[in-house]
Amino acid sequence: MPSKNLTSIESLVPVISYSLVNNEQTLNINHKNLLFVLNCLKKHINCQYNLLTCISGVDLLQNQYRFSVVYELLSLTFNSRLRVKIFVNEVTSVDSIVPLFRNANWWEREVWDLFGIYFQNHPDLRRILTDYGFEGYPMRKDFPLSGYVEVRYDQIKKRIVVEPVELAQEFRAFSYETPW
Amino acid sequence: MILKKKELNRELKNFTINFGPQHPAAHGVLRLILELDGEIVKRADPHIGLLHRGTEKLIEYKTYLQALPYFDRLDYVSMMAQEHTYSLAVERLGNIKVPHRAQVIRVIFAEITRILNHLLAVGCHAMDVGAMTPFLWAFEEREKLMEFYERVSGARMHAAYIRPGGVSSDIPLGFLDDVYLFISQFNLRLDEIEEMLTGNRIWKERLIDIGVVSAKRAIEWGFSGVMLRGSGIAWDLRKHQPYEVYQDINFSIPVGSSGDCYDRYLIRVEEMRQSLKIINDAINMIKPGPVKTDDYKISPPSRTEMKNSMEAVIHHFKYFTEGFVLPHGETYTATEAPKGEFGVYLVSNNTEKPYRCKIKAPGFGHLQALDDMSKGHMIADVVTIIGTQDIVFGEIDR
Repeated sequence: MPSKNLTSIESLVPVISYSLVNNEQTLNINHKNLLFVLNCLKKHINCQYNLLTCISGVDLLQNQYRFSVVYELLSLTFNSRLRVKIFVNEVTSVDSIVPLFRNANWWEREVWDLFGIYFQNHPDLRRILTDYGFEGYPMRKDFPLSGYVEVRYDQIKKRIVVEPVELAQEFRAFSYETPW
Repeated sequence: MILKKKELNRELKNFTINFGPQHPAAHGVLRLILELDGEIVKRADPHIGLLHRGTEKLIEYKTYLQALPYFDRLDYVSMMAQEHTYSLAVERLGNIKVPHRAQVIRVIFAEITRILNHLLAVGCHAMDVGAMTPFLWAFEEREKLMEFYERVSGARMHAAYIRPGGVSSDIPLGFLDDVYLFISQFNLRLDEIEEMLTGNRIWKERLIDIGVVSAKRAIEWGFSGVMLRGSGIAWDLRKHQPYEVYQDINFSIPVGSSGDCYDRYLIRVEEMRQSLKIINDAINMIKPGPVKTDDYKISPPSRTEMKNSMEAVIHHFKYFTEGFVLPHGETYTATEAPKGEFGVYLVSNNTEKPYRCKIKAPGFGHLQALDDMSKGHMIADVVTIIGTQDIVFGEIDR
């Protein structure tokens, strides 16, 4: 649902590319311009994308810039959605957008927790979904599905112990795309 | 003596308590670190993730069809609403057309699910605040609704009924008559619940002016669904970005005025009444016809066809083993789930498995505003606010 006023979006903000597929608009931008672009999109009278729906990370393992961070914006005034994408690698840090959108707080924490993308100037960048003391970034494509450690209650030690994963049955190795 | 008196007058420091994860009013496994000044909440820090099952990671290792049942288990009180969203996302990526009858059946079940969810929301909210009776009544009605689930799918909760390309099977004979019987008596049950609560002095004192969210703040926090409408913003995806057959159905969006817990309670009750209307319209609208797309790459062929056609057997086998391939693409598809906007950001890469499936749960967005909403309230009001946010941990922790 593109809003009519958005035809000039490319002249408004610095973008790498703008695409409209299946009635969904996507904006690829440089991660250095993130705050500026989102500020424009939020406050410009013809955009008013003032509701941040969610932030998701995607791990594109084979790309030069490994991760993309995807911001889903919604404009209630124009009834329009916009997807803003940036591409980063493991060492680049992304500007936190919490000063612009308060609810970015937890979404950025989640991306940090699951992908290990660092958000600078974030007020409270802690892990959120994984366990206390968890190591690694589970949603990365090179993180195994079974994980590295398993947790159980030890009857003898009378406490919870963390051990390396031991699978009773090994993963069946197939050379096919599907396990069947 | 004088020294001792001085010591007694010393100001008390704020103290911190742990609310949950084993607290009945924590709606599951919410661990809340509350900083209190006497009984007044200074800061609330929710710790989530105690029910984290890695759904998004698991989905990346499953075919599009195998990923579907995970959606039932996210928000385990509005099951079909979520598989509906996922099916819509897959259909958008694969450019799949759904027959009209399937769309109407989906709408009927989306609304049954809305009633199912709101009954639990209102019932548990009332129980958190201290009224036990409406909870029991609500659960009796929920039982009837879950029987409808059972009749079409065999499962009372985790139905996996709405699938990409349609629904898994047609509704049984006489089903719509029973749904009609249900909706004709349910208004009375709602009246009974309202009689217990709406005018109740204790209920009103506990809810009015508690957890007030202004329209501006609701947008800042990215609220959706009842939380947004409670603050006076008439925003409903069923109306504004209609999917299925919602554009042909006439219903109204209840909107609050003051943005407090009481308004949100009234909206939930009114939404249930609107749902009854939608179901009624949908029953009148339904026509005989197929309930899934006839593209056998996307949906399995019928048993009768498999008895007669080798092609059908091959397709059936390929469909349930290898799955189907979606071309390169990405979509963010959102629907109006009972709790708010439930969205799926699905990235496909020309294989039979999703490359990335991000689940945008409404509760996740709402819970992070808990600190802001409960600041300055009494500790007992935190329970009210958790109740009004309609928190379910399956979807928040994923």
